Parts: sequence; structure tokens; C-alpha cells
Amino acid sequence: MSERMKVDARGAFCPGPLMELIAALKLIEVGDEVELLSTDEGTAKDVPVWCDKVGHELVSSENSDDHWSLIIRKSK
Amino acid sequence: MTTNILIVGGGLSGTIIANGLCRRLGKQLRRGEVAITMIGTSDTHMYQPGLLYVPFGKFRESELFRDQRKVLDRRVPYFVDPATKIDAESKSVTTQSGKVLKYDYLVIATGSRIVPQSIPGMAEGAHWFYDLDGARKMRDALDAFEGGKIVVNVNAPHKCPVAPLEITFMLYDYLTERGLMDKTEITYTYPIGRLHALEPVAQWAQPEMDRVGIKYETFFNTKEVHPEDKTIESEEGVTLPYDMLVTIPPHMGAEVITDSDLGAGGWVPTDKTKLTREGSTDIFVCGDTTNIPISKAGSTAHFEADVVVENLTSLITEDRWAKDYDGKVFCFIETGMNNGTYVWFNYATPPNPGPPTQMIHWFKLAYNRLYWLSAKGLL
Repeated sequence: MSERMKVDARGAFCPGPLMELIAALKLIEVGDEVELLSTDEGTAKDVPVWCDKVGHELVSSENSDDHWSLIIRKSK
Repeated sequence: MTTNILIVGGGLSGTIIANGLCRRLGKQLRRGEVAITMIGTSDTHMYQPGLLYVPFGKFRESELFRDQRKVLDRRVPYFVDPATKIDAESKSVTTQSGKVLKYDYLVIATGSRIVPQSIPGMAEGAHWFYDLDGARKMRDALDAFEGGKIVVNVNAPHKCPVAPLEITFMLYDYLTERGLMDKTEITYTYPIGRLHALEPVAQWAQPEMDRVGIKYETFFNTKEVHPEDKTIESEEGVTLPYDMLVTIPPHMGAEVITDSDLGAGGWVPTDKTKLTREGSTDIFVCGDTTNIPISKAGSTAHFEADVVVENLTSLITEDRWAKDYDGKVFCFIETGMNNGTYVWFNYATPPNPGPPTQMIHWFKLAYNRLYWLSAKGLL
């Protein structure tokens, strides 16, 4: 059973949600997941591109009323 | 009955908090109603942003340090006796010498540390300026540098998010002054798809790098450094050759945090406005130690410390919370050896850097000296 770490980056400008995601992925095992919360419009665009480049799996991306919630699985 | 405040960590935020509390709780300290104690890892207090200038010989090593006991209000006993275990249940901290210190209020300000050893080959093959030993070695390497390929490699997480850009533009100016840029190529790498996490800063940096001919490689997440053949390899499959590798190593929090099960990676889960440990009302967390998703920087620590001082004072004297931290951060950005700009932002206001000027560069140089007034809680 994989574990899931929550990273609440809502309201974060610097270093920003994607950099927070990179830091969080260093703390979990391959197969575990990070749930990233962000109010930054660019996150929903930037995270899938970064996952594709680096080789991690974007499990889901959802937009609720005031933020995005993305789940990323560490793949390597 | 004495209220015991224990501060773990003798860096900027712990020191501002100790000195600020002394100023506000003088009467209570005199009557013995409040006692403040600090434990740390060193007799000396280092001005960490000064390390940026050491590789270029622009800051003397002696100017980085002051005696911690002289920076600290004399009413605060200071012990060089690092914490080895923090126990929130029993409200106590165990130290390296075996002492067990009880507290009513605890401030955790244990900071962050670089971990180049977490990436294969980095400790052996790279230079950095995030600690004094690294800055000294980088200064020696720059002294001996006669041209070639320099890679400035950025890893996450790291403190002072503008320092990678500062060192890059300062390297360019330094090598230009030495007449070496015509036989030098600088390449800057960054882990995401632009040159800085802050989009407005990235939008400023890219044309600046294009203008002076600094190359860049985005989406570069370091996999390994190969010191034997002088190359650095990314998770994305890019390999760059170097003659000199300047890295911003990844950071972690203090070992005592992970050893005490207070937070993964040494970062303590912290309420972003109250600056208390999540689930605690008697433990404050300040500076790099928090897991709050904002810059790990001296100014963050400073603004957070001001809030902790106000809240601790009000809790002790009036049993109420005084104010919230609004996420304020202010960072000078050196854009070379003679110009600078700055950014400020908070949880609600995005950053918007202005055009670099010589005046802002001078302000930063002035602040390098005024820092000691900040640490004393006067600025």
C-alpha cells in the first residue's frame, strides 16, 4: 500500500508549488505519492510537463473552487 | 512560578526572538516570573548572506562572525550544547551533554544544512558557497581559474532562492573584470522549466543571461556528478561537461528534528500564520525549520521572529494572541558586482522586481553591516 504525503502550497509564490513538489519527492519512496495543493494557475500546466520530463507519474489533476489538487506518484 | 522559555538554535531567528523578548518582558525577567534560555551549536554567530561574497574576496572571513554571547542580550544564558532530542509530550529537550531542559514554551529555530552527499559525486566534484569551508575552497578555485566551462547547478530545496542567480551574474562580472570571459562559458541549470521559481524573476533573468551570453539548461534535476570525467548528469538525460562546477546543494533540516520524529526531512509541520508546530500551542517554529512553502531566507526568519516575539509576549502577559504572520519576505538580489534589485511578497501579494540599480546594490552592502542590529532586535 503506497503512502501519500500532502503538500499544501496554496498561496506560495517562492519557491512555489513545483519546487515544493521536487523537495517532497526527495523525502518519499518510489511508488509513494504526493498530493500537491496550489492556488497558482501555472501549477496545473507546469507539473504535468515536469513529470513528463523527469519521469514521474501524474495520477490526477483536479480543479476545485479555489485551488488545484494534483497527485503525483514517484516513479524512479 | 517562573515561565521557562527555551530557544533551540542560535541563528538569526532564535537570536531576534531572545533579544525581542528581553525588551518586552524586562519587568517579568527582573521579577523572576520569566526565564529565557538558549542552546546552540557554536560560540559564534555567522552572517550567512556574507558567504556569497567570500569566493570573490569581497568579504573577509572575520567580518562574517561575532561572539554569540555578545549579540545576545546578557539576560539570556547561552549554552553551546546541541539538542539531541525534543520531546513534546514531556515538554523537555535533551542535549548532547546529557542535560534535560524543561520548558513551558519552546522555540525551535534549528535552521537548515546542505547535504551535497545526497547526490552521488557532488561532494567530491563540486564547489559551493553555502558554508565557510565551501566558500574558501571556491575562492581558491576561482583564484586559480584561467578559463573554461563553468556550470552553476541549482538543486531543491535550498535556502535563499535568489542566491543562485546572484552568484551567476557575480561570476560573470568577476571573470569579465579579470579578462577571462572571452575564454569562459557559463551554463546555469535549474530544475523546472524556467530560470527561477518566481516567474517575474525568471522573466527578468532570461533576457539578462541572453544579453551577456550566459547559457542555461532548464528541466535539469541532478542525478549524479562524475568528478573523474568532470561531467554532471540530469534525471532528464542531459550531461554537461565542466571545468568548474558551482552547485547550490540540496538542503535538509537539522538532524534533531528527524531524530525526534518532528518532521520529514527536518522540516517541522507549522501553522503558516501562528508559526506554532501543528497540534501544539506551546511550541513555536521559526526560520528555515518550518515546512511553510515560502523562501527559506534570512528575511523570512526575521519577519517570522517579530511575530513570535509579539505572540509569546502577549500569551505570557495577557493570555491572548497578538498577530498573524502574513508571509512577508523581502530579498535583495545582486545582479552583478555593481547593481542590484529586490523583491518583496507575502501570502497575498505576488513579487514584482524592479530594474536593477547601483543604489539598491549599495543598500545591500549597507545591510551587510546593519545585519547585526537586526540580530540584536533593533532593526
